[in-house]
Amino acid sequence: MYGALLGAPTERTMGDIQRIFYVHVPAAWTAFAAFFVVFIGSVGYLVTKNFKWDRVALACAEIGTIFCTAVLITGPIWAKPVWGIWWTWDARLTSTLVLWLMYLSYLLLRDFLEEPARRATLSAVFGIIAFVDVPIVYFAIRLWRTQHPQPVVFGGEESGLDPTMLNVLLLAWLAFTIMFVLLAILRVRLEKSRDEVRQLRRELMMQ
Amino acid sequence: MTSLFWAYAIVWLLFAGYALSISARQKNLQREIATLKTLVEQKGQAPAGRSRP
Repeated sequence: MYGALLGAPTERTMGDIQRIFYVHVPAAWTAFAAFFVVFIGSVGYLVTKNFKWDRVALACAEIGTIFCTAVLITGPIWAKPVWGIWWTWDARLTSTLVLWLMYLSYLLLRDFLEEPARRATLSAVFGIIAFVDVPIVYFAIRLWRTQHPQPVVFGGEESGLDPTMLNVLLLAWLAFTIMFVLLAILRVRLEKSRDEVRQLRRELMMQ
Repeated sequence: MTSLFWAYAIVWLLFAGYALSISARQKNLQREIATLKTLVEQKGQAPAGRSRP
């Protein structure tokens, strides 16, 4: 927070509003990482049929959706003063919205399925398919002409970032990654407790 | 500057709200687990008690 609001230099053309970048970009990168873990968890479940993988996939899908929500909130807040509009249907923004809707559907799908094995299998298939949108979101600004700014990190020779800005960005990303890991641990523990409740209910019904 | 404030405020409220929701759900489940364990134990003991002469 200190680095983003005070430590990093003020951007020349946009001014202080550019500081949203230190939340927006790390949140997007962390959402991508979370969705990658959903993909790994989904493949892991389909291969092993072990519910441990399903719990990890579910936890990361929920957390990834939260980070993606942060991206979709901070983007328009930045866009309004800079572009003069809240939203535009360009490739990056639209594919990000689709990504968010897909993982929201993943979470809703789970609520509709009662039988644990069927729920885990269908969710794993959905988790793998939904991940296809992540590279589309990432490469959207590289492949198509978009209103969204061009990449400043890993963007080629013509892009770049002031070293202090880059350090603050990487520090913010590290903080978001730590927060993601901690939330994932808590969320997996919650799902374990939920499974214990289901198991106890079954025992109670059988007695 | 107002936009910057709202961007940071909303994001931190979102994360804090989510962390609190996990904590609240975990507490509810722990309570439910304790109740269910007691019920399972009581039900497990009941038939044995009745079968005694």
